[in-house]
Amino acid sequence: MLNFSRLQVWLITAVCMFGVLLGIPSLLPSNVTENWPNWAKPHINLGLDLAGGSQLLLEADVSSLSRQRLETIEDLMRTETRRVNIEMADVSTAENQLSFTIANPDQVDQALQIARTQAGTGTVGMAAQWDVARPEPNRIVMRPTAAGESEAIDNAMASARDVIDRRINSLGTLEPTIIREGTDRILVQVPGVQDPEQIKSLIGRTARLEFKAVPDEQPSAEVLASGRAPAGLQILPTTDGGRIAVQRRALISGDQIVRAQQSFNQQGQPDVSITFDSNGGTRFARHTRENVGKLFAIVLDGTVLSAPVINEPILGGQASIAGAFTVESANELAISLRSGRLPVELAVVDERTVSPELGADSIRLGVIATIIGAALVIAFMLLTYGGFGVFAVTALALNVLLILGWMALFNATLTLPGIAGFVLTIGAAVDANIIINERIREELRRGRSVVDAISTGWKEATTAILDANITNAIAGALMFQFGSGPVRGFAVVLVIGIITSAFTAITVARLWVAIWVRRRRPKSLVL
Amino acid sequence: MRLLKLVPDNTNIDFLRWRTFAIVFSILMIAVSIFFIASRGLNLGVDFVGGRSIRATFQEPPPLDELRSRIGALDVGEPVIQQSGSERDIAIRIPLPEDATEESANAAATAVREEITSNYPGSRIESVETVSGKVSEELAWDGGLALLLAMLGISAYIWIRFEWQFGVGALVSLVHDLTIVTGFYAATQIEFSLNAVAALLTLIGFSLNDTVVVYDRIRENLRKYRKMEIEPLLNLSVNETLARTINTNTSVMLAILALLIFGPDVIYDLTIGIFAGVIIGTYSSVYVARFLLVPLGVTSDSFVPKTNVGGAERVTMHKTEDGAQV
Repeated sequence: MLNFSRLQVWLITAVCMFGVLLGIPSLLPSNVTENWPNWAKPHINLGLDLAGGSQLLLEADVSSLSRQRLETIEDLMRTETRRVNIEMADVSTAENQLSFTIANPDQVDQALQIARTQAGTGTVGMAAQWDVARPEPNRIVMRPTAAGESEAIDNAMASARDVIDRRINSLGTLEPTIIREGTDRILVQVPGVQDPEQIKSLIGRTARLEFKAVPDEQPSAEVLASGRAPAGLQILPTTDGGRIAVQRRALISGDQIVRAQQSFNQQGQPDVSITFDSNGGTRFARHTRENVGKLFAIVLDGTVLSAPVINEPILGGQASIAGAFTVESANELAISLRSGRLPVELAVVDERTVSPELGADSIRLGVIATIIGAALVIAFMLLTYGGFGVFAVTALALNVLLILGWMALFNATLTLPGIAGFVLTIGAAVDANIIINERIREELRRGRSVVDAISTGWKEATTAILDANITNAIAGALMFQFGSGPVRGFAVVLVIGIITSAFTAITVARLWVAIWVRRRRPKSLVL
Repeated sequence: MRLLKLVPDNTNIDFLRWRTFAIVFSILMIAVSIFFIASRGLNLGVDFVGGRSIRATFQEPPPLDELRSRIGALDVGEPVIQQSGSERDIAIRIPLPEDATEESANAAATAVREEITSNYPGSRIESVETVSGKVSEELAWDGGLALLLAMLGISAYIWIRFEWQFGVGALVSLVHDLTIVTGFYAATQIEFSLNAVAALLTLIGFSLNDTVVVYDRIRENLRKYRKMEIEPLLNLSVNETLARTINTNTSVMLAILALLIFGPDVIYDLTIGIFAGVIIGTYSSVYVARFLLVPLGVTSDSFVPKTNVGGAERVTMHKTEDGAQV
């Protein structure tokens, strides 16, 4: 057990040097490493519980996405069938499926053909978006396929992530981390933010802006109150608490906006001025030219912001949105419009904010506890094992650097429970050395020679160390898999610590002892 | 230089003599734990029941009753107000009403925030955690699953590396340890959060770490002393590894104590759980995990090197029969 080939010695030394070099930058104060190039300072990220900041977990309202998809396919089917003069009747979108009848029996096959084309069946290499069925001779039912549904969610989440990214970055110097979690969640971490309300109001808004025509005659107050709109219309709330009926189909949507900016109107009230793209500008110009004297509605996220009268044709492709805005809220809306609408509604399901002061306090106390804990363990090891304690303590120091190095290499995040894991690891890491040293003591008592006792001690202790560490690793791995946030940080430190402490105790400390035995050739040993 | 030896050389303590006492003690501890879990219940944090938890630091220790009535008057639901760590650190927990919209929930948080900072000069909101009912259910489910899988996974590993009796012994001692430490959380009413689950998982890994080292020695001795009776052999193995058990646990204790005394209060719920776990884990690996092996039917024949394939079958059969007789 005490023979090492030259190659092994070099390999072990190289692994240690590499790990230590990776670990050192994390220990130096930041003003020392400030000017180093990035590759020279691999660093450990601090979790939000240490750095201070805000973390939001957003969950998409998948059912709203399904509803949107149903509306889209309904619109598409209506447009496509109308083009070839097929009449759809008895249309229903209940139970998450589109169902309709075709009045003329001769046209059912043709309608079925259209439905299949729209559903994406028969397109090679693409999963069908809709299942098309014909449960009755003249009825066609389109149900979303699982593949189509999950593809839609996936696309929506990817674009929602980008939208959130653009919105938060428009606030300036924050360094947000925005990652997708699972199928329908997005995790947003913003360091340094004390009060997440601004971020929440910014990313919580869908910002689905639509311009809709208002019918010449409003339905009766009773109909408005009931909310059951006549065909082709929908009843929406207004910002002042009233209700108004508007056309269901939007004239122009927020996608057709190229510019949005906070500005002031002639009365000095804050508003948002927008510029349409050429297509949107043309449509807006045509509508306002043909409908002078009538109303149109500006709808944001299902609420009518204002319904002004068209006084004259608006031809320049520009418009301004008035509402009861403050400068901030007008600015927020402008940012939201610029960054595009969220393709799906998002709700905050988990929110954690830690003040930078508490974080700094935690780091300070954590470092103090680590130093005291390490000092106690070192003192105990030296008192108990003397010279062999020095090996153990040196291995422990190497271990600490290696843990930092590996964490930096994997860009792992250090959390407050992670610091606890660190202290625990310092206490537990010497376990391997203790097992070995106790075994050597035992072998010496049995009358073996020094070199023989050391060699046997290591050999017999190694399986015990491996078995014991594997049980710890199983618990750590499960903690990582099922834990969230800070607990995961605890697991990371624990698992890396298990690996490095087994490595330092079994391999590195053995190498040192081997070198020591070869140099000194000890006849007796105080242990 | 004289070296420190917490355990003298060549100890020969008859641990088996105290077995009856240990069994009574264990059963008593488990009964007390179950009593506390059933009567007081766990003080579940927002991680597991949902709601909002606000942590504030005050310049002076605030009168808790006054604070409670002030926040109660805000109409944000029944608040739970506790000291957290020092007297100046207060944790306030308010429920999230079922039908609350995001806006009304945010308004409630802002109201509490302002109530505190405006009435108590120098106070500071340190952290706010809001967990929805859905997420808290998932966290509770994931936590339970992780604990279950960790117990089964480690027991299975020990079964594979040793014999089935060792795996069962490990599993029983894990259930024993987890019940008692969970009972500890119930008895002290320390908040049971994700950190507490992390403490329990650490305990699972750590308690067995000790057990495995002794099992390893039992296996070695079973092969070495073929003629020795099983009970003296267990005693010998415990005695031989006693120094290691005591030294490692001392070292871990020193580190945890440093964390408990000098470390941040925010993770008190984690460190106190690990502390309790280390104590109970040490006890259980001496008594529960080891001496269960006898009634489970580990005999001097276990781990006899199996020389031919045909014989292996018979050895296993023989052992099982033996186990049934005990």
